[in-house]
Amino acid sequence: MELINLGVRSIFVDNMIFAYFLGMCSYLAVSKNVKTAVGLGAAVTFVLTLTVPLNWAIYNFILKKGSLAWVSPELAGLDLSFLTLIIFISVIAAFVQLLEMLIEKFSPALYGALGIFLPLIAVNCSILGGALFMLGRPYGLAEATVFGLGSGIGWLLAVVALAAIREKIKYSQVPAPMRGLGITFVLVGLMSFGFLSFLGFTL
Amino acid sequence: MAENTATAEEVKEIISEPLFSKKNRKLVTDPLDGDNPITVQVLGICSALAITAQMKPALVMGVAVVFVMCCSSVVTSLIRNTIPSSIRIVVQLAVIATFVIVVNEILLAFVYDVAKDLGAFIGLIITNCIVMGRLEAFATGNKPWPSFLDALGNAFGYAIILLIVAFFRELLGAGSLFGFKVFEAIGLDYQGNGLMLLPAGAAIVVGLLIWAQRSWNGYVEEA
Repeated sequence: MELINLGVRSIFVDNMIFAYFLGMCSYLAVSKNVKTAVGLGAAVTFVLTLTVPLNWAIYNFILKKGSLAWVSPELAGLDLSFLTLIIFISVIAAFVQLLEMLIEKFSPALYGALGIFLPLIAVNCSILGGALFMLGRPYGLAEATVFGLGSGIGWLLAVVALAAIREKIKYSQVPAPMRGLGITFVLVGLMSFGFLSFLGFTL
Repeated sequence: MAENTATAEEVKEIISEPLFSKKNRKLVTDPLDGDNPITVQVLGICSALAITAQMKPALVMGVAVVFVMCCSSVVTSLIRNTIPSSIRIVVQLAVIATFVIVVNEILLAFVYDVAKDLGAFIGLIITNCIVMGRLEAFATGNKPWPSFLDALGNAFGYAIILLIVAFFRELLGAGSLFGFKVFEAIGLDYQGNGLMLLPAGAAIVVGLLIWAQRSWNGYVEEA
C-alpha cells in the first residue's frame, strides 16, 4: 500500500516535469509529435526504473559513509560520497550504452524508432535527478524502484500530453514572436498549474 | 640574434589573429542575446526554471555554471584530438563531472546554506545541456581560446536569463530581492503572489520573457 502510494505520488504530485522541471530540454525538443514523444517517454521510463535502484545500491553499499563495512571492518570509516556525482553519471552513461547495444541486437525496429533519442537519455536531467533526489529520502530498494518507475511514467505522461497539445496548436493564431518556444513555455506553465490540483493527494 | 627575431616573427604569424578579434568578440556577445542558450538554443532549461525562485541561489548557480563551462571547455578543447569519437560523450561527462564535484565541495565548504537550497541541482549541472551542448558543438572542434570565449559567452547568456527570471519571481512572489523586502522598504504593503514561487510561475515568466525578447529582436520561429 505504501508502495502504491509512493508510485502515485511520484507520477502525479512530484511529477518530474511539472514539480521539478527535470528533463526539460528533451521534453521541449521531442514534444512536436505524439509518436516520438511516446517512444522517448517509454525509453526514459525504462532507464529510470533500472538506474535509480542500481544507483541506490551503489550509493548504499559502496559510497555512503561507513557503507563499506560489509567488505571488511577496516573500511567502515571510509567516506566515498564525494565520488557520488561522477559514479552516478558513469553508471547512467554506461547503462544507456548497454541498452542501446541490446536494443540494436534484439529489436532493430525499436532501435530505428528511438534513433537518436536513446543516447540522449544519458544527458536527460530527469535520470540523474531521480538518482540524486533519492539520496535525500529514506528509501529502501523497493521504494527506489517504485520511485524510478513512477517518475518515468510521470515524465511519459507529461511529454505525451504536451505533444498532443502542440500538434493542435499548429492550427491556432499565435502572435509571431510567441510562436514555438514562447507559447510552449506558457503551455507548460498552465499544465503545471493543473497538476497542482494533485497536491496533497494520497490513497 | 637573427635566429631569435625570425622565430619571433614566425610566432607573430601563427597568432596573427588578435586575442580579441572581431570573430572572437562575436563568440562572447552572440549568446547574450541573438543566440541565447536558453531562449533561442533551448538548452539548460531545467535549472533555469527550478532554482530561480530567489535571486541568491540563481546567482550562485550562474557563477557555478560559468566556472564549470569555462574549465570543461578548455580541457575538452585541449584533449580534443586524442579523444576517440566513439567514447567522446563519456569523456565529456567525466570532464564536466570532475569540475562539478569541485564546485559542489567548494559550495558545501563556504556557503553551506545556499548549497543545501540548491541541493541536487548543483549535481545536475553535469546534465545541464548547455555545458554538454557547447562542448559537443564547439569545444571538440576548436582551439582552447575560442572555446573558452564561447563557453564564457554562453554561460553569461545563461546566467543573465537566470537572474532576470529570478528577479521577477522573487520580486512578485515574495516582494523581496536577495531577501531584502523591497516593497516594505518604500512603505508599500505588498501581498506576495504565491504562483510566482511555484514551478508554474517560472514557466510562464520564461514564456513571457521569450515573447518580449523576440518582439524586440524580431526573431520568429516556424512552428
